[in-house]
Amino acid sequence: MSKRLEGKVALITGGTSGIGAATVRRLVDEGAKVAFTGSNAEAAAKLCAETGASFHAVRVQDADAWPKLMEELHTLYGRLDIAFANAGTEAGDGSIENISIEGWNNIVAVNQTGVMLTVQHAMRAMKANPGGSGGAIIVNSSMNALRAMGNFMAYSVTKSAVIALTKSAALHCALTGTKIRVNAILPGVVETAMITNLIEHSADPVATRAAYESLSPMKRMAKVNEITGLVAFLSSDEAAFISGSEYVIDGASTAGMQGV
Amino acid sequence: MKRLQGRVALVTGGLRGIGGATVDRLLDEGAVVIIADLKPASDEVVQATLQRLGQASSYVQLNVTSEADWQSAAETVRRDFGRLDILVGNAGIDGVGSVDTMPYETWKRVMAVNIDGLFLGTKYFAPLMTETGAKTRGGASIINISSIMGMVGWVDASPYNASKGAARLFTKATALEFARKGIPIRVNSVHPGFIRTPLLQEGMDRAAEDPSVGATAQDMLATLDQGTPIGRIGEASEIAAGIAFLASDDASFMTGSELVIDGGWTAQ
Ligand SMILES: NC(=O)c1ccc[n+]([C@@H]2O[C@H](COP(=O)([O-])OP(=O)(O)OC[C@H]3O[C@@H](n4cnc5c(N)ncnc54)[C@H](O)[C@@H]3O)[C@@H](O)[C@H]2O)c1
Repeated sequence: MSKRLEGKVALITGGTSGIGAATVRRLVDEGAKVAFTGSNAEAAAKLCAETGASFHAVRVQDADAWPKLMEELHTLYGRLDIAFANAGTEAGDGSIENISIEGWNNIVAVNQTGVMLTVQHAMRAMKANPGGSGGAIIVNSSMNALRAMGNFMAYSVTKSAVIALTKSAALHCALTGTKIRVNAILPGVVETAMITNLIEHSADPVATRAAYESLSPMKRMAKVNEITGLVAFLSSDEAAFISGSEYVIDGASTAGMQGV
Repeated sequence: MKRLQGRVALVTGGLRGIGGATVDRLLDEGAVVIIADLKPASDEVVQATLQRLGQASSYVQLNVTSEADWQSAAETVRRDFGRLDILVGNAGIDGVGSVDTMPYETWKRVMAVNIDGLFLGTKYFAPLMTETGAKTRGGASIINISSIMGMVGWVDASPYNASKGAARLFTKATALEFARKGIPIRVNSVHPGFIRTPLLQEGMDRAAEDPSVGATAQDMLATLDQGTPIGRIGEASEIAAGIAFLASDDASFMTGSELVIDGGWTAQ
């Protein structure tokens, strides 16, 4: 693995599993020092032992916890170059007809407020970097920002909202001369524990798996490490001219109609 | 980075600008690179370029609008290299002016280079790339160079806009078609914003000749710097980096996607 991220410090939210954990590994492989947040302390301990990353038990939607987290990071690393706003949930989601207010509030809190807080605090830290302002922020949206699901209404809405957040933040950071770039990635179905869980707990797991796989004309889901290369690219100085972009990575799931 | 060791790439319009930077980058990544452009192979510029780039580079004279040129290039590449992993459809021209006075010839020329060229390249290289794609984890990769002007309109650029919009959707159609049929070729488009290349310089020089514009090429380039949110136009190497990513196995799940690389221009 080349070392495009040598000397850089990264923060990844929701880093204990799925795309987040795979990204911890990938950024470490490329030479970055990595801090990650999450809720599963056991998984976190393993990942820290494996990669040398540091774990910070913070819930992204907890506005009061952020200043302390940023102080910790500052003490540990002294700078921040990369932030991957990755933590997301679909717990409690439903259709417009049946979603509960608790379900809605939870998803908005994690997927939308959590991303806003991540970008806000990351941007402030990056602005104060020793040697001058600069950094790369990547927001993990979803292809469902472009193609809403009827039975995951709040997920679809929040993933769409963070694209506008990405563009607004990108423009602000660019127009104020901060050298901080903000971009969104929109993955298709990635086979993470979240998806495996949904499949296993469905009425007909075989049919559900087939349904997920058929969303992409490639007839498969992505593996987590097929997403991390894009995050690493956007994190690196190679992407210096990229800001305010939304990159779909979905095996052509949203490229159009599959035909009959 | 050496993500493309053992891979073979062909870059149309590879003698200068974004194409030239792409050739450099793919070579750096370890690929064998075939430059395809208009000049005859014996041309000094071609010879000097091959000399500079060394053994892993070669040249084929190819006008992207010529079906016969594509057919013979496909035969040559099959015979000499036995594979094609990466096809970069980069050759492109602009065509400016208002619709009412634009010669139909201009429209047809821009369409021929910017979109017929992508159709012909995809058509004639798909068979070889299908075989090659089965040999690597990420499959073969076609990268079509559209533009931000394939996404948003621009005054007095109707043929360019139309051809680049066509490139964007031709990319999605072929990505879907190949994926659906299990053909191991990924197809993605790249949408550069304003990039410092001979094309852009010549466009500005031409515009500056019109006295009613009342600005020098340099003034206009400065205006583009200021109009780009991050405060500067891009460099060709910054587009080449995105192309190299799409060419590599790092992008194995990426097909039918569009990479906008524009310093925030279209986020505004
Ligand atoms: N420069 C920019 O700001 C910009 C922005 C967006 C998109 N693009 C696109 O990027 C691509 C490359 O542009 P550039 O700025 O490097 O241009 P350029 O003019 O500097 O280089 C284009 C190359 O293509 C070759 N070419 C032209 N017609 C050809 C044909 N019929 N067959 C084969 N080769 C041919 C030329 O000889 C030249 O070497 C084009 O598709 C262009 O539309 C450029």
